[in-house]
Amino acid sequence: MAAVPKIIVVGGGLAGLSSVIKIAEAGGKVDLFSIVPVKRSHSVCAQGGINAAKNLKGEGDDVFKHFDDTIYGGDFLANQTPVKNMTAQGPAIIDLLDRMGVPFNRTPEGLLDFRRFGGTLYHRTAFAGATTGQQLLYALDEQVRRFESEGKVQKYEGWEFLSAVLDEAGVCRGICAMDLRTMEVKTFHADAIIICTGGNGAIFGKSTNSVVCTGSAASALYQQGAYYSNGEFIQVHPTAIPGEDKLRLMSESARGEGGRVWVPRKKGDPRPAKTISEADRFYFLEEWYPKYGNLVPRDIATRAIHRIVYQEDLGIDGQPMVYLDVSHIDRETLEKKIEGILEIYEKFVGDDPHEVPMKIFPGVHYTMGGLWVDFNQMTNIPGVFAAGESDYSIHGANRLGANSLLSCIYGGFVAGPQAMLYAKNLPAQKGDGGAAKEEVRQREFNNILLQNEGTENPFKLWRELGDTMTRHATIIRYNAGLREADEKIVDLLARYRNINLSDKSAWANTSFAFARQLYNMLQLARVIVQGAEKRDESRGAHYKPDFTERNDEKFLKTTMGSYDPIADAPVITYEEVDTQWITPRPRRYDASA
Amino acid sequence: MAETKVAPKTIRVEVKRQATPETAAFVEKFEFPYRSGMNITSLLGEIAMAPVTTEGKQTTAVTYDSNCLEEICGSCAMLITGKARMACSALVDKLMAETKDGVISLAPLTKFPVVRDLAVDRSVLFENLKKVQAWVPIDGSYDLGPGPRQFPQIQEERYPLSNCISCTICMEVCPQFNEATGFVGAATIAQAKLFNMDPAGAVLKEERLRALAGDGGIQECGFAQNCVQACPKQLPLTEAISDMGRDVFVQQVKDFFAR
Repeated sequence: MAAVPKIIVVGGGLAGLSSVIKIAEAGGKVDLFSIVPVKRSHSVCAQGGINAAKNLKGEGDDVFKHFDDTIYGGDFLANQTPVKNMTAQGPAIIDLLDRMGVPFNRTPEGLLDFRRFGGTLYHRTAFAGATTGQQLLYALDEQVRRFESEGKVQKYEGWEFLSAVLDEAGVCRGICAMDLRTMEVKTFHADAIIICTGGNGAIFGKSTNSVVCTGSAASALYQQGAYYSNGEFIQVHPTAIPGEDKLRLMSESARGEGGRVWVPRKKGDPRPAKTISEADRFYFLEEWYPKYGNLVPRDIATRAIHRIVYQEDLGIDGQPMVYLDVSHIDRETLEKKIEGILEIYEKFVGDDPHEVPMKIFPGVHYTMGGLWVDFNQMTNIPGVFAAGESDYSIHGANRLGANSLLSCIYGGFVAGPQAMLYAKNLPAQKGDGGAAKEEVRQREFNNILLQNEGTENPFKLWRELGDTMTRHATIIRYNAGLREADEKIVDLLARYRNINLSDKSAWANTSFAFARQLYNMLQLARVIVQGAEKRDESRGAHYKPDFTERNDEKFLKTTMGSYDPIADAPVITYEEVDTQWITPRPRRYDASA
Repeated sequence: MAETKVAPKTIRVEVKRQATPETAAFVEKFEFPYRSGMNITSLLGEIAMAPVTTEGKQTTAVTYDSNCLEEICGSCAMLITGKARMACSALVDKLMAETKDGVISLAPLTKFPVVRDLAVDRSVLFENLKKVQAWVPIDGSYDLGPGPRQFPQIQEERYPLSNCISCTICMEVCPQFNEATGFVGAATIAQAKLFNMDPAGAVLKEERLRALAGDGGIQECGFAQNCVQACPKQLPLTEAISDMGRDVFVQQVKDFFAR
């Protein structure tokens, strides 16, 4: 191996930047690849906060309770050891962010302030207004910029990861990437790579995710032999603003600060919200879940809203929408704690949420599944690590609010040093380690795509994929629908071969880059629907009306999706879950226990 | 106004395009069936799905930067009906009411090199942030316990500055931001203030002030105040410039007598 390990990090959100910081600090050399300038990564969209059991509110909170809430919230599907480690490191991670200058909200005594979030009874969420992800991303971005100015980090912004370079033994020796301006395809050597490319919301068409969240990198690795685990676990966030181009998140912090979800008791009540008396309002979450109220975990709240709209027929004006109301909270509190999200609502909807209740509906939000990793964040491909939303660990069948920022930083903080350790023990590669071969493979794909004279528009294919996935693979799932979705995706893959790019130029060609991502989205979508179809139970975010109970005997197991290149299809197998610390128990938020 | 508005039948857009940095710019017109509730990014998505001009000419999807679509990532700044703003939060219904003929025009920012169509290269801002060392020089990322206590008042003053999304609109609208002055622009100055206010970040205060002294520094500001009006996140930019201007001056005087 080289005297100084060379690590490539793909993705510049919280997980990627955390890895970079650890590697640079340990004296490694890092190349950081990102589609967008890293300061514009999707972590910037996280709003509500970051969890850590600092117990600064005299409630007797501790890291074990955080551990238990996370495991219970995830319906026992997560391997427990990494969750235990993450929650134990939570308080130190918050302290570090504080030292980096994150403008966390403060108490009068000058300590960090904490608020409540879903799936816990403790004030455990540190926050910077309602733009916590933005503030955390910037803090890490600034530290990385510092390393960059010291020559310890080389950024490749505007480059897209296409695939890993694998040698004859299947060991990773670098990456193949495309410059999104020159469209040049090139390989880069590394002793280890860390994939921090986030979730795959774009597979569902409209979601709360950013444009880059296609899951393309994870899918490419899956097609190269990496396991993709728990793909069927997709979090649908209860409160998003429906929109033409995307669903804009309305943070759980709105409820953490006292926001209430309700609909008029009378079907189709035509009165303006503010004129409807308390007695005529149905605060259904508070009635159905008296202990947690509006702060039940997201899967529970989402299904409740779905039931109100589609079974009880109580959506506002008969539309698929319910009220999220903060108009009873005093202006000063709103301004200091959640102004950022209220501005988003006012800007995009035009109504002032200080005055009138917001109209919201659930939207696809978070990818619990992802690349399978061991407890050191390494995938089953030697030398390929993953961290953050792109890996499957930590959140099990449902993620608790404000745990994602923590899991990203924790994952990066494990992956960085582990990649260094791995690289130090790596035998030297033979020849070019497979680089030339991989470059040829990617160029051939590009040539076919650019020269194709078909009739299909990639953006239209994408819309069809999104419609199918949203209809069959989100809140309520039926096996017949999931099978129909899989057939549809196979059909879309066939039509993909008949694609015609309106733009065949070799400069900043966004439709070309998108068409490449689309192929990977289609492949990964099959893992999601097949995993869902085979899992005949209900657990966390995965809900089947035909199998309403959790079935630990058959399905307390990690779904392992692997790609069969001959059949060009996923193969689904299962792996035992690590439950050595907390014995699985029924998950009941409506009970008083 | 007592006028009754009839919903228009179509949305008309003119896009200033440019295939490469070297080639000449040209304008293409598009027309789409009207739908309410659209924004500029969804309109650009419509063009991508059916890239045909009003004249029926087959063309390409428009290249532009975008990511979050909720005005927090800072990607999609462009000139919309002549004004620098974010495409995601620019709503078509409002824009059509704003223009005389109802035609929405889109063009790239003018102060940055065009990459293609509406995408420009704004990396100068990130370079400027290096110059003012816009970071807290922490000892290390290992566990060193909590940071210093801070009164809420400090957080309340720092937080708005920390909301800067690096969209560069403040630089676009600034008459002083040009090649002749080499002015760093309001965003960078605001970030320098943000880190000077941090109890630990203040260790680099003098270096930041020196970086803002001299040519291209804070003295280039002409107090046009365009920045503060155009900022989509309402940063207190002029206040930051005046505070930092004072600090830079004091530092210069100190440095002069310390020679």
